[in-house]
Amino acid sequence: MDLSFTEDQQAIVDAVKEFCAEELAPHAAEVDASGEFPWPQVQKLAEMDLLGIPVPEDYDGLGMDFLTWGVVGELLSSGCTTTGAVYGAHMLAVYPILAFGTDEQKDRYLRPLARGEAVGAFGLTEPNAGSDAGSVATRAELKGDEYILNGSKIFITNGGDAEVYVVIANIAPEKGTRGLTAFILEKGMEGFTFGKNEEKMAFHSLSNRELVFQDARVPQANVLNKLGRGFRVAMDTLSVGRIGMAVGAVGLAQAALDAAVPYAQTRQQFGQPIANFQAVQFMLADMATEIEAARLLAYQAAWRKDQGLEFEKQAAMAKVFASEACTRATSKAVQVHGGYGYTREFQVERYLREAKLFEIVEGTSEIQRLVIANRVLREYQS
Amino acid sequence: MHIVACVKVIPDTHEVRFDPQTNALIREGVPLIINPFDENAIEEALRLADQHGGRVSVLSMGPPAAEAALRTALAMGADDAYLVSGREFAGSDTWATSYILAQAVRTIGDFDLVLCGKQALDGDTAQVGPGVAERLGIPQVTYAIELTVQGGRARAKRVLDDCFEVVEVKLPALMTVVKQINEPRRPGLKNVMKAKKAPVTVWSTAADIGADPNLCGFCGSPTVVTRIFAPERTRSGEILEGATEERVTTLVTRLRDLGLRSTA
Repeated sequence: MDLSFTEDQQAIVDAVKEFCAEELAPHAAEVDASGEFPWPQVQKLAEMDLLGIPVPEDYDGLGMDFLTWGVVGELLSSGCTTTGAVYGAHMLAVYPILAFGTDEQKDRYLRPLARGEAVGAFGLTEPNAGSDAGSVATRAELKGDEYILNGSKIFITNGGDAEVYVVIANIAPEKGTRGLTAFILEKGMEGFTFGKNEEKMAFHSLSNRELVFQDARVPQANVLNKLGRGFRVAMDTLSVGRIGMAVGAVGLAQAALDAAVPYAQTRQQFGQPIANFQAVQFMLADMATEIEAARLLAYQAAWRKDQGLEFEKQAAMAKVFASEACTRATSKAVQVHGGYGYTREFQVERYLREAKLFEIVEGTSEIQRLVIANRVLREYQS
Repeated sequence: MHIVACVKVIPDTHEVRFDPQTNALIREGVPLIINPFDENAIEEALRLADQHGGRVSVLSMGPPAAEAALRTALAMGADDAYLVSGREFAGSDTWATSYILAQAVRTIGDFDLVLCGKQALDGDTAQVGPGVAERLGIPQVTYAIELTVQGGRARAKRVLDDCFEVVEVKLPALMTVVKQINEPRRPGLKNVMKAKKAPVTVWSTAADIGADPNLCGFCGSPTVVTRIFAPERTRSGEILEGATEERVTTLVTRLRDLGLRSTA
């Protein structure tokens, strides 16, 4: 089992590591405090050709794989969680168009997304459709050669700032999930507006807006995949998104460890660095072990996808494990910092607040466990 | 126009450590980076080529690992890369290095401008750039913070200790640049990956660049570095106590006692 990167992957990892250390990490706290969408950081991601990593070169992407996309996502999250989150959510528009788009749709939408000229977003969640994604109520009705959408989405990451949206609506509610259909929408389309941006526990500069459809007019040509095939689009996209959330959680947990260790080595109590005390050492050991395990689970899921193997179970495992490990790691990081860890002067309190998001977004831990159990039970059926 | 940017690969000075016993520099396992001022030289070359049209060649003399630095320059946008690397060149001091680089520049040929960083962070001599200019018989302008080219002439604003100086020179010429001249562009991944496959010309013997082997490497070096070490700290500082007025008086007295006089 060869767990090393290829030369190309290593070159990319080295370049991105340097980029994160020099351009992202020094401004991460500032970006979070500003409350504004991190356009300068996204601009840099575009200039670095980071927004289309798994998109073929024919469509202006880097022509690499999802493992590379995942590793880069981990590094970006470690450097600046907000930028990492924008990067992860962007793929939720890139992937469905890449996987299901017609040549015309790829030409029109995949290119600008891959070049970073447009930011992407994915609209599934509604006030009454969270874990119960199948009960999406946004309605799409055919009128002439346009679909008219009515309804709303909430908590949409990059909502309001993204230019390209993949939205799930129902063309035939009487058919339940078999009526769900994916549409590509552009910011500025008639009837498509934005509602409030949620004020959250953390990630203050990440946009999580309402998408509002009031007789929104979407050309027929913007149906993604086939009519009634939206549930498939959503599930496949979420599987990829899970890998993104897993690596994002790993990156954040790593940042927490990177803060805790030097602190423990410098802080003295009882005449010595607290890193000498077993109680602290055990915390650091547990953090490091879980980060390593989460990282490998996530990389494996991505690798399986790249190999064309079934990866939904591994993606769910990676997501649930990494997110919960991240909450534990960030909590330990605050604990290692003691009183100082609870103050705004240090970044670890922000890390702990940010960690919780990963347990909820893109399929709660509970949903992930259902996905895993479903697959596991199937494996044992004779 | 054709610009040649000279680049040196050095140990990452942030990672440099000294052996506590011998106080000598530990070189093993230290990552190599492009000398930061040379990044400014590459960027300036690219900037001028963008503005006036033309080619940028990058040249380095060093170990095989220097090829990575040349590929970074290619990723930034340089057109051609040349590496002078071989046993005959090893152990060169600045005298031999400037000879070798000048020969390499002649072999590349047909240049309008040679750009170098003002000095390398490991040797800190700032001698090689001027040495290359002398051997090529072209004018040299050092410590350039601003550079413009027009009609076969270059105009440089030099930053000196206590003033700026604007100098105009006829091309071909050699310039050394300071950090403040520009912000080196960070290559996008597409260019990084393209550069990995690009050809790099390697010259491994003195004959390849028409150089006399006796003037290269150890045998061509009149100077030898016998030891690099960190000075031992023998004296500790003294912190003056008391009210500000008191401390100022004490400080002035101490400085006077040490024989330091004001020139005002």
